[in-house]
Amino acid sequence: MGNEETVFLSRVLTELTLSFHIIYATIGVGIPLMIMIAQWVGIKKNDEHYILLARRWTRGFVITVAVGVVTGTAIGLQLSLLWPNFMELAGNTIALPLFLETFAFFFEAIFLGIYIYTWDRFENQKKHLLLLIPVALGASFSAIFITIVNAFMNAPQGFDLVNGELVNVSPLLAMFNPAMPTKVAHVVVTAYMTSAFVLASIGAFRLLKGSNHVYHQKALFLTMKLGLIFSIATTVLGDFSGKYLAEYQPEKLAAAEWHFETEKGAPLILYGVLDDGEVKYAIKIPFGLSFLAHSNLNAEVIGLDQFNKADVPPLYIHYLFDLMVTIGMWLTALSLVYVFGTWRKWRFILAKWFNWLMVLGGPLAIIAIEAGWWLDEVGRQPWILRGIMRTKDAATTSGQVDTMLWLFAGLYLLLGIGSVFVLWRMFRSNPVEQELADRAADKAGDTK
Amino acid sequence: MTLEILGITVLGVFLFGYIIVASIDFGAGFFNAFSTLTGKGHILTKVIQRYLSPVWEVTNVFLVFFFVGIVGFFPKTAYYYGSTLLVPASIAIILLAIRGAYYAFTTYGGLKHKRYTILYGLTGLFIPASLSIVLTISEGGFVTMKDSGPVLDYWALFTSPLSWSIVVLSLTSVLYISAVFLTWYAQKAKDRQAANLLRKYALVWAVPAIITAAGIIVEMKNHNPEHYERLVDVWWLFGLSLILFAGTVYLLWQRIAYGLAFWLLVGQFTLAFLAYGISHYPYLMYPYLTIYDSFTNQAMATALVIAFIAGLCLLLPSLYLLLRLFLFNKAYVQGDRDDHA
Repeated sequence: MGNEETVFLSRVLTELTLSFHIIYATIGVGIPLMIMIAQWVGIKKNDEHYILLARRWTRGFVITVAVGVVTGTAIGLQLSLLWPNFMELAGNTIALPLFLETFAFFFEAIFLGIYIYTWDRFENQKKHLLLLIPVALGASFSAIFITIVNAFMNAPQGFDLVNGELVNVSPLLAMFNPAMPTKVAHVVVTAYMTSAFVLASIGAFRLLKGSNHVYHQKALFLTMKLGLIFSIATTVLGDFSGKYLAEYQPEKLAAAEWHFETEKGAPLILYGVLDDGEVKYAIKIPFGLSFLAHSNLNAEVIGLDQFNKADVPPLYIHYLFDLMVTIGMWLTALSLVYVFGTWRKWRFILAKWFNWLMVLGGPLAIIAIEAGWWLDEVGRQPWILRGIMRTKDAATTSGQVDTMLWLFAGLYLLLGIGSVFVLWRMFRSNPVEQELADRAADKAGDTK
Repeated sequence: MTLEILGITVLGVFLFGYIIVASIDFGAGFFNAFSTLTGKGHILTKVIQRYLSPVWEVTNVFLVFFFVGIVGFFPKTAYYYGSTLLVPASIAIILLAIRGAYYAFTTYGGLKHKRYTILYGLTGLFIPASLSIVLTISEGGFVTMKDSGPVLDYWALFTSPLSWSIVVLSLTSVLYISAVFLTWYAQKAKDRQAANLLRKYALVWAVPAIITAAGIIVEMKNHNPEHYERLVDVWWLFGLSLILFAGTVYLLWQRIAYGLAFWLLVGQFTLAFLAYGISHYPYLMYPYLTIYDSFTNQAMATALVIAFIAGLCLLLPSLYLLLRLFLFNKAYVQGDRDDHA
């Protein structure tokens, strides 16, 4: 196997693992917060429904966490196995947040074990809720630390290379790199947003299929409200991310926006296709890009003409950008209409077709997460560590990457099918009406 | 103490932690499958599930901690081991994935089938076997430096008596450690039938475990004389370890103090692990990599040590809480409480 082929296969395997892992990771970061909110609302309002909601979410959540642990271990090891040269450099410069992430995860794993096996152990629900705080904190901090490593890959700092030797290493400076604030905030908030829409999908689906129980209505309204809050936050943070790119990674912004020539008052190009270097069928918003990048309609935005061809990412990332932003905007609008409509008692939000739109919200949010990560990773090419190390110089020289690719593809297929099947089965058996009745019977039995 | 020694000690603690907790986990899965096959499933399954369910994710973190930590403290290991371990480590990941999937789909998801239980039990043997290859490679002689980088010689690895002895050692000690622990746990659960069966397993595996361990020292004489010399230098540690081993077997034989028996076993493995580690010093991989030439820079090392101490302050109380609620909680261990979500 030639070196070029090995690099390509290593990229495919990494992309496959990350694309699969990110689904479980995103849900894993967001859902503990959702469970926490539901349980808290339940305690506050003294409403059994919300508590049961938290409990039922937990049951599904542990399954996704277990799969996430597996895929997380896989990506953790694959980084060293497929990119040994990069990890040697990374070990010297950005090992601190990687190390901290294991602590955050450790913390989360311990308390999750305690949380799921202590329902009903405490008389006071509040005590049980307390156990969830370290889970939610650990999950979010895992995301924060890992995203810091990714931010470092985009905007490395905190060390100097003198004649190929690493000197002046500062782990903290490396952690607090310019890409870190926007990236971390964006990743964490979109994880909350996605989790809210995924849970809303479940509620909406139940309402469509047979059950009009108030439990599902409460679940749907709560999650759509949370979805709205986090999607508004995402919009704001997306704007900051654009400004960060304009300042520190102009080639990524220019490639994502198909901005070829440096100019003042640059327009924003939405959608369209690229045909022989010419943009067709696009929507052009005059001055849009200048405003997005610098909050100034006449500001100059650096175009691709300023860069060496060898240093520019592939231009198809524009489609990924469009996909991500469109879904984000759509979900913001959808949740806004639903929440507002519920207050104003609009009839059409109860219609079947509107429910179907909400069912679609969860899968769409996941697609947006995937598109966002592909945009981030492909948009950093040809670098693995921007400006320092090229992807092609970082890969393993092992000749067995192709076999491993097949093995892992098979594994993810099985895990994917397994988790969908098990979650689906769990969802179908034990409907909420049954469980509420059982619990009421239990209680009656206790007081006798 | 230099930072290098401190770093390798930190990693050693976590590796040792993993060896013990993972052995219990792997062995339990195997005994569970074995007893299902031989029609004794009803005796063991309950007690084993009780122990495993709340703690398996924690087990996994020990491993993650170790391999992230080693790249942090000794970044060159990523280059040497990362390039050579692609196949064995990938196989280990896939086996670990099967285990994780078992918890996800069977324990939490309610998907029960004998096939899964058996598959899960078998991973308990294959994972330690595949992971033990790392130890074998570290002894040198299997990796050669080519222009493109370090390359693993699979033929040499698969035909080496040393690598097979290490595989056998990993299997026998997994089963031994696990059986001893579970005997104690079953007794705490007041499940006499299970305790008796597990005690029998523990005694059965004690002898092979100690014989293979001794055998490896002999193998080393041929394979890596330098390491062998250093192993002999710390003979007294191995001697103490052997005494503790005898203590565990005696207590099990007499059916007394199973708790003490387990702690003696931990002591036995601690001493042996320590002796092995000391004699391996300063190499991470003979003869290319030592802890000195692969060590990270001072700034990163200091940061990692501080992070480690801070992290430990957070983790130790949490681990204590976990153990108190599940391992040392009478009502839970004896099966009076379920409380699962």
